[in-house]
Amino acid sequence: MKSEAKTVIIGGGIIGLAIAYNLAKMGEEDIVVLEKGYLGNGSTFRCGSGIRQQFGDEANIQMMKRSVELWSGLKEELGMDVEFRQTGYLFLLYDEEELESFKKNVALQNKFGVPSRIISPEDAKELVPPLNTEGIIGAAWNHTDGKANPFKAVFAYANAAKKLGVEIYEYTKAEDIKVENSEIKSVITDKGEIKTRRVINAANAWAKLLNAKLGIDIPIEPYKHQSVKTEPIKPGQIEPMVISFKHDGVYLTQEAEQGGIIGGYGLKYGPTYDITPTYEFLRGVSYRFTQIIPSLKYVNVIRIWGGYYAETPDGNAAIGKINEINEYYIAAGFSGHGFMLAPVVGEMMAELIVNGKTKKPLWFYDPYRFERGELRGKAIQMG
Amino acid sequence: MSEKDIIICRCNDVTQKEIEDLIDQGITDIEEIKRLTRIGMGPCQGRTCIPLVMRIIARKTGKKIEEIPVPATRVPTRPVPMGVLAGAMNNEE
Repeated sequence: MKSEAKTVIIGGGIIGLAIAYNLAKMGEEDIVVLEKGYLGNGSTFRCGSGIRQQFGDEANIQMMKRSVELWSGLKEELGMDVEFRQTGYLFLLYDEEELESFKKNVALQNKFGVPSRIISPEDAKELVPPLNTEGIIGAAWNHTDGKANPFKAVFAYANAAKKLGVEIYEYTKAEDIKVENSEIKSVITDKGEIKTRRVINAANAWAKLLNAKLGIDIPIEPYKHQSVKTEPIKPGQIEPMVISFKHDGVYLTQEAEQGGIIGGYGLKYGPTYDITPTYEFLRGVSYRFTQIIPSLKYVNVIRIWGGYYAETPDGNAAIGKINEINEYYIAAGFSGHGFMLAPVVGEMMAELIVNGKTKKPLWFYDPYRFERGELRGKAIQMG
Repeated sequence: MSEKDIIICRCNDVTQKEIEDLIDQGITDIEEIKRLTRIGMGPCQGRTCIPLVMRIIARKTGKKIEEIPVPATRVPTRPVPMGVLAGAMNNEE
């Protein structure tokens, strides 16, 4: 292990790795990534794999539009197929109030070049043949949303970063950060000390524990969410990510390569670091899936697992520079959107660190908005 | 029979060669091999493949089999139809 580095990134999930890769791509040298377990084990490998631009605010729409552009080229850029597929996101709408609010979202999305639209229940049924359309009055549909393989994406970023000289230390836990007179001196790990002047906290669910060591309080709390995976079914049955708020935020899609159904719903526990799967979820998710796609009752559940939504009070991440300590940055608290945002967050963080400004609205995720009481509109939080 | 023809994971059609190639690339952590190849993530929950993969890792890296952690088994350990799980809930509510 190096005893000195220019930049230390804490967190070897897709966010930390995307930042490392983009910094190295912009010519930064001497970058180290610390991961307390194996790469992606914290939240990325536990996520639902969805990637969407259908948000209800300008910043998330612009950030995700750029992210989708980057996702589309990741295979070529990183030299590994991350199985990005633009199979769309379909929000099922059951009453006028829902329909009106999605019409507004669609208009805003269109303004920024996202080709979403409201479609009829019949069109929805055509996209998802086994869909139960009972009670559905319309759906919000965007064909350029999609999904990717979290496992492949993490390895693609890690390998591309390594090729550019980034050093990644797995099973190496950052335990403390030494600071003197607002200047970072070093990061203390369980394998030794690394002298550095710049630290990026990309620890998501564990970000607040690091911040606490430095007396910094940004409200990010870990909540347990769960996902389910079924046995493979005939390809092409449920290609889009299908979402229903009327069924407690249920989301489900058929995996591109494997053909199994993956998804979950809004049930959450916490704040907690316990992610043991629950029987309540197993039954609850089966009930909701079969309400939306009745024929899934014949399909076997193979596994359920838990993971974290590292949540902030408004469901948007805390990204930016920490004023109290020189060269201390945070990109954490993604509230379930870290995977889809990773390519653009990696790019914008590298721009922020190298150029001091960004092309996309990173200010929206200002870590100080909570103490100023300027909460954002709650982001649509699922899938 | 070559390693290309030996299926280690019958649920997800993973061959011995695919596992050995990853180890040759330096990916020797069973948790990472699991997620890249999907060994142990199929209907059998790794009953067949996990012990085989552990032995391949041990042979190729010189590690003892006891030093290789066994990946988590997930609920439900045997496949259960969604209708059974959903129905159980209906009856109670």
